[in-house]
Amino acid sequence: MVQLKVLVVDDEPGIRSGISRALERFVVGYPFMDEDIAYAVTEVNSGEEAIEMFKVDKPDIVLLDNKLPGMDGIEVLQYINNHQLDIEVMMITSFASLELAVKATNIGAYDFVPKPFTPRELRSSIENITKHLFLKRMTRKMNREGRQIRFQFLSILSHELKTPLNAVEGYLNIIKERQAGENLENYDDMVNNAMQRIKGMRKLIMDFLDLTQIESGKKAREVRPLDMAQIANNSIDSLSPLAIQMEVKVELHCSGDLIVPFDQDDIEIILNNLISNAIKYNKPGGKVICRLEKSPDSFDILIRDTGIGIPEDDQEKLFQEFVRIKNANTRHIAGSGLGLSIVKKILDYYDGQIKLQSEENIGSTFSISLPVQ
Amino acid sequence: MKHILIVDDDADCLFQLKLQMSNLGYSVTALESQFLAEEWLEDSEPDLAIIDLMMETEDSGFILSRGLKNKYPDVPVVILTAVTPETGLSFDLQTSDSQQWINADQYIEKGLHQETLFARIEQLLKL
Ligand SMILES: Nc1ncnc2c1ncn2[C@@H]1O[C@H](COP(=O)(O)OP(=O)(O)O)[C@@H](O)[C@H]1O
Repeated sequence: MVQLKVLVVDDEPGIRSGISRALERFVVGYPFMDEDIAYAVTEVNSGEEAIEMFKVDKPDIVLLDNKLPGMDGIEVLQYINNHQLDIEVMMITSFASLELAVKATNIGAYDFVPKPFTPRELRSSIENITKHLFLKRMTRKMNREGRQIRFQFLSILSHELKTPLNAVEGYLNIIKERQAGENLENYDDMVNNAMQRIKGMRKLIMDFLDLTQIESGKKAREVRPLDMAQIANNSIDSLSPLAIQMEVKVELHCSGDLIVPFDQDDIEIILNNLISNAIKYNKPGGKVICRLEKSPDSFDILIRDTGIGIPEDDQEKLFQEFVRIKNANTRHIAGSGLGLSIVKKILDYYDGQIKLQSEENIGSTFSISLPVQ
Repeated sequence: MKHILIVDDDADCLFQLKLQMSNLGYSVTALESQFLAEEWLEDSEPDLAIIDLMMETEDSGFILSRGLKNKYPDVPVVILTAVTPETGLSFDLQTSDSQQWINADQYIEKGLHQETLFARIEQLLKL
């Protein structure tokens, strides 16, 4: 029998003792585990006390009320996040604060139970969180052993592929059943839209392949002196249909010697992604400036656009996989959300840096700096 | 004529649902964000709402559904999603418990047979 430590943080004695009673003789077993799990419950009535407990006797699971006398539940949750404590949190919230509970899950709480709850509801939540906790610990152990678990990534990928697939299937159904009448022209836009979605899927799959290749560490690279001006020129040329369609002008500013040792495929991926973003997220009549510069110890790329910009709150997470900013400006722009994460990974390989400066509705500047030996 | 509100940030899905619901004889308001829907709901009441889960945020659909139910408790809400349980999102409306607090009447996976969706909508409108 394994025992998990549960800490109940609530200022209502009734809730605390209710939880203690509900879990007193509660035992969970899973087919994939050798031993059953029981719970040892400790109660405290404030966030401050909870944090003291974390220091002396760290719990595995915290049941956390949000409305507490001193510091509130979200603050306790933030403390756990900031200190990267291996603790699973379940928020206890009233029906009225669903939005808050959702926010809590976004910043790391595993789940929440709405008050009032029955012992049965509580136990089933505890059962879920236990399963989650064990899977998480198991995953971490496997990762330490070098076995990469790509589960989360793959499930997002499947979602991102399923969405356009549904859209295409939807159109095909409509066409098959002539839901828009007998006139063939009625279906032209639908066919075009479906093809657009298929194009998006193809891009996603290509990006995904790029990413896996880079991540696997098995990407074959051939680092040799390259004429960066020429490569940037080619990249801009290949994107000119997109630029024309978006009514955006792209300028290339180069000065001096721009021969830099690099893998050609890598630099092409970087430039294509950044320049195509600068075009895609621009406005009609807008401009993109691409500037390349070499100094004795670095090669610098700057890509500036006069586009829609990126809200400050979103800037930090852009380089993560599948992050796309959703707002009225970006809704109709297709993308995989992988481009910048690929760029970042390539730069890491070369010890390069990427910085972003952006102002909403004014434009964005991505600046890259690569060390040169 | 029954009036249906459809909210989905995927322009293609929105278009398809709108066409299909009109073909079934409903009048339709089609909006593409939680924000626009909230504005619309301020002074309009649909007979039924079909809401996509992930729009501005991962849980826009839930928040919208909750707001709608607060204002019009009797209007049935169908939440649509392409999310599968594997993503680790622990919102699942199969259990009656979560159905209660999420406050939607149906939770339907996108890509499910259209007929199933249509049948459930008709059912909900008859209640
Ligand atoms: N130049 C830019 N201007 C405004 N927003 C941008 C720019 N570049 C990237 N973004 C934002 O960053 C997100 C992630 O970019 P990226 O990883 O390249 O994926 P995507 O395929 O969606 O373009 C985009 O969805 C977009 O919201």
